[in-house]
Amino acid sequence: MRVPYFPGCSLKDFADNFEKSAFASASVLGVELVELPEWYCCGVVAPLEEDELIRKVAPARNFLRTKELGGNKLVTLCSMCYNTLKLTNLYMKKNPDKLERINSFMDEEENYDGTVEVIHFLELLRDIVGFEKMREKVKKPLKGLKVAPYYGCLLLRPKEVAIDSLEKPTVMEDLLKSLGAEIVNSPLKKTCCGSYQVINNKEVASKLVYKIITAVTKRGGEAVVTSCPLCHYNLDSLQKDLSDKYPGYKEVPVFYFTQLMALAFGLEEEVLGLEKHEVNPLNLLKSKGLI
Amino acid sequence: MRVGVFVCHCGRNIAGTLNIEKIKEEVAKHSGVVHVEDYIFMCSDPGQKLIRDRIKEKNLDAVVVSACSPSLHEKTFRNNAASVGLNPYKVEIANIREWASWPHEGKPEEATEKAIKIIKATVEKVKSNIPLEPLSVPVTRKVLVIGGGIAGIQASLDIANAGLEVYLVEKKPSIGGKMAQFSETFPTLDCPQCIETPKMTEVANHPNIHLYAYSEVVDVSGFVGNFKVKVKRKATYVDWNKCTGCSECAKVCPVKVSSEYDVGVSQRKAIYIMFPQAVPNKATIDPEHCLRLVYGKGCGLCAKTCPAGAINFEQKEKIEEIDVGAIIVATGFDVMDPSLLTEYGGGKYKDVISALQFERILAPSGPTGGKVVRPSDGKEPKTVVFVQCAGSRDPEHYMPYCSKVCCMYTAKQALLYKHAVPNGHAYVFYIDVRTDGKGYEEFYERVLREAEATYLRGKVAEIYKEDGKLKVLGVDTLTGKGVEINADLVVLATAAVPSEGIKELAKVLRIQTDEYGWLKEAHLKLRPLETATSGIFIAGAAQFIRDITDTVSHASGAAAKALSLLSRNRIEREPLVAEVNEEICSGCGNCVEACTYQAIKIDPETNIAKINTALCEGCGACQASCPSAAIQLTNSYKKQLFEMISILAKE
Amino acid sequence: MKGSLILKKVNSEFIRKIVEVSGVNVFACYQCGRCSASCPLVEEMDILPNQMVRLVQLGNEEVLNTATPWICATCFSCTARCPLGIDIAKLAEALRSISLRKNIDKVKINQISFGELMKLPQIALVSNFRKNTSVS
Repeated sequence: MRVPYFPGCSLKDFADNFEKSAFASASVLGVELVELPEWYCCGVVAPLEEDELIRKVAPARNFLRTKELGGNKLVTLCSMCYNTLKLTNLYMKKNPDKLERINSFMDEEENYDGTVEVIHFLELLRDIVGFEKMREKVKKPLKGLKVAPYYGCLLLRPKEVAIDSLEKPTVMEDLLKSLGAEIVNSPLKKTCCGSYQVINNKEVASKLVYKIITAVTKRGGEAVVTSCPLCHYNLDSLQKDLSDKYPGYKEVPVFYFTQLMALAFGLEEEVLGLEKHEVNPLNLLKSKGLI
Repeated sequence: MRVGVFVCHCGRNIAGTLNIEKIKEEVAKHSGVVHVEDYIFMCSDPGQKLIRDRIKEKNLDAVVVSACSPSLHEKTFRNNAASVGLNPYKVEIANIREWASWPHEGKPEEATEKAIKIIKATVEKVKSNIPLEPLSVPVTRKVLVIGGGIAGIQASLDIANAGLEVYLVEKKPSIGGKMAQFSETFPTLDCPQCIETPKMTEVANHPNIHLYAYSEVVDVSGFVGNFKVKVKRKATYVDWNKCTGCSECAKVCPVKVSSEYDVGVSQRKAIYIMFPQAVPNKATIDPEHCLRLVYGKGCGLCAKTCPAGAINFEQKEKIEEIDVGAIIVATGFDVMDPSLLTEYGGGKYKDVISALQFERILAPSGPTGGKVVRPSDGKEPKTVVFVQCAGSRDPEHYMPYCSKVCCMYTAKQALLYKHAVPNGHAYVFYIDVRTDGKGYEEFYERVLREAEATYLRGKVAEIYKEDGKLKVLGVDTLTGKGVEINADLVVLATAAVPSEGIKELAKVLRIQTDEYGWLKEAHLKLRPLETATSGIFIAGAAQFIRDITDTVSHASGAAAKALSLLSRNRIEREPLVAEVNEEICSGCGNCVEACTYQAIKIDPETNIAKINTALCEGCGACQASCPSAAIQLTNSYKKQLFEMISILAKE
Repeated sequence: MKGSLILKKVNSEFIRKIVEVSGVNVFACYQCGRCSASCPLVEEMDILPNQMVRLVQLGNEEVLNTATPWICATCFSCTARCPLGIDIAKLAEALRSISLRKNIDKVKINQISFGELMKLPQIALVSNFRKNTSVS
């Protein structure tokens, strides 16, 4: 199966290990993520103003590239890209007059007709591949690894783009169960990590990360699993300061879901890029006999 | 033909948009119209007198009242004309309010044109209307009441006391309904044991009431005054003629089942009496859990123990047929399943309970004897959080409506809790406190003082378990601060919802429900006790959630409606029914299919459609289905309709 | 914020502008406060999200001077939980946007140290600038 794929900035740079592990895992499942031959920054956050059009042009161009690849589905690995592309796409579908204006900004292009569907890699795994099939490919079950799925915001909200139940999502739980991991349910798995506030309100993001991580450790969680590179950055990098600030604070490694897939599929450790983590995950994985 | 046209202003409702002078001028030109007159409120006394006077003075033989919907005042104007000798069916309403002035408020000129056409078309119709006399049919002077909660009990007693026979059908083994589950009731704090059980006993002993407990209405045919009803009397596996209600059977029964009466707060046995004051006070075997009935052999401890020899594992359900003239539906309400409220941990945490469950915990006669303990560990909760509007006022996720009774019972529960646990503290999250009843506001104020409950104005976001407590995340919009409370027990004032199975019952009765399943009344304001099907009335919360005071009033109202319908031996019906031209009818049977009232049959001998005028509701579905116009509705003849259409469609 | 609301000065022009930019009918709000109860950053805000809606309902332009829209991380919790389907996140975006369109930047890019800039992921920088600066 070949599916058009939009990488976005993070997965080509600071989080390239998430892409590598995704590609490697996908090929185990017989899925080929075909990167758009040319693509443009999605804008990271969806422009929510009704009268804002120019920031929607880049997503429209990405959809045109998708159609050129002969596909109608565009897969993202990053929750922020997913949310931005999906919301922008919905806006264009809902407002044909606005779509016409956006098209008029792109003289040199064909008109975009609103027919592309944006999906997150998690949806592809759940709805097209199926977790049962994934279970069959597991070589090294994540047995005894107590992981807490962390959804953050942008896969679940607003409801128009939700890939799962707003209040009681299960897609990550189901995926991780199929890899053999033990699920730790944290009530804060849908609580914001602080997102872009990490720049001008670092303290605020830090407080949120503290709440999110301690909610996990309190419940016996040994690792957190995310589906968003920015959540990953905040949850991983902000923990360092927390250890200094709160005596007795217990650091917890943070994984991208694709890393755990690659691990369970028995792929080379190299694709995981574990050296990039701020909170060292090696001890945990060694203790479970996973590396 | 001498037609008079009377144009109502309806205050500004009509005259504010339509040009009344223009209408009068145009309509006066129409052939047959001999008089046109307008007035500010035609339905008022002077308005009606004006019409009567003109009928006499101008010797009118037909009248068109151009006003509001006929569903409002057609009857008024017809009776008015009849009082001065004009046949009421020579009066028609031209609806220029709902059809012209209201929908086209911004376009007065076009609306006026439309109104003129509507009036002219109606004039054409009334000119060829035939004068008619009402049909008269005999009635069965008995009433079926469905549902034995406080509404059904009150309606049954009112009717029985007036001397008519009542069949009271209740699907549970005992009557009493929701009220029997409550602890003490607001605002006076009397307990249902003191005020409801005497009425239950009165029902059981009343010579005019046939109580069919553990029974369900499965089929209804016939029409107003003459309904035929099939009632399924479910097998109880206990001969109720022999059962003395001693409960020895339940003592020996080895099977424990979650108690419906205690909403899961306690357990009952597979053979059980719902509660000590149950009426009838008879045992019932639950066939889904009884070992003997499930496996077909073994156990039988109850049969061995029963001193009266009342147990009968072979008992079968049976269908009984009864004839009644009127039906009162009093099926009440349910509360939303708390497990639907996932964000509040409903169904997930044992100590997040519904208010109905808390009623059982508070009740002196309840499973804990009124000792307030929480379900998870039986400990006394020191911090209780009440969450109002749990599932109500939330069109985005749950029910859009206000569930009406929660503010009051939450206040009551906070007070009863304080009485039971003096060193405990209650927090109440609310959006608005609605105290719309006699003595209600005073009661709420008493609760504030006496229960020292902390009222927090804000809707709770979510609840989860942390460090053995229930963490409630809310807000106090009055101080503008977020709120976190670590609670021992959370009580959700879950939304009221229509009772289970009401949509199926409504189908059997051929009455309507709204989108949620509340029974639809004939007119929200003016006919709240009637359904659109004549002879079927609504009592209590089946129409919409209401408190005990309102339910009892509503039920007495429904009883009065049924009594007035059955006050004579015959009743009159509208003569606007279908008629068959036997010369043309080919007996194709399309009309039989089209009729939802089973009012048409094909005569096997003549092969011609025959109308049962007593069943016909005059809907016209048959007329639309007839390929040869052989079947037509009286005074809606094809010729009349075409004349109306040609006027309405004129450029 | 102290002082009285002088309601004869309800600024309908301001409300109209907010409705136009946000596409949100603020009048539907009955002030249950669930947006505030759901907000993970409410402790940091000077006014609650529901008060932000309230000020807009009253046409009070002071709302533009509050910190709340800038503390908001657009996590959509308020939007998802609102019983009336009011998109409060969009409202906050409109309030930010109305300020930013006056070329007022909330974050000065040149005040972020080079070291930080190199360390921070693009995804954080771009989203932050999009929410907080007028140029991006």
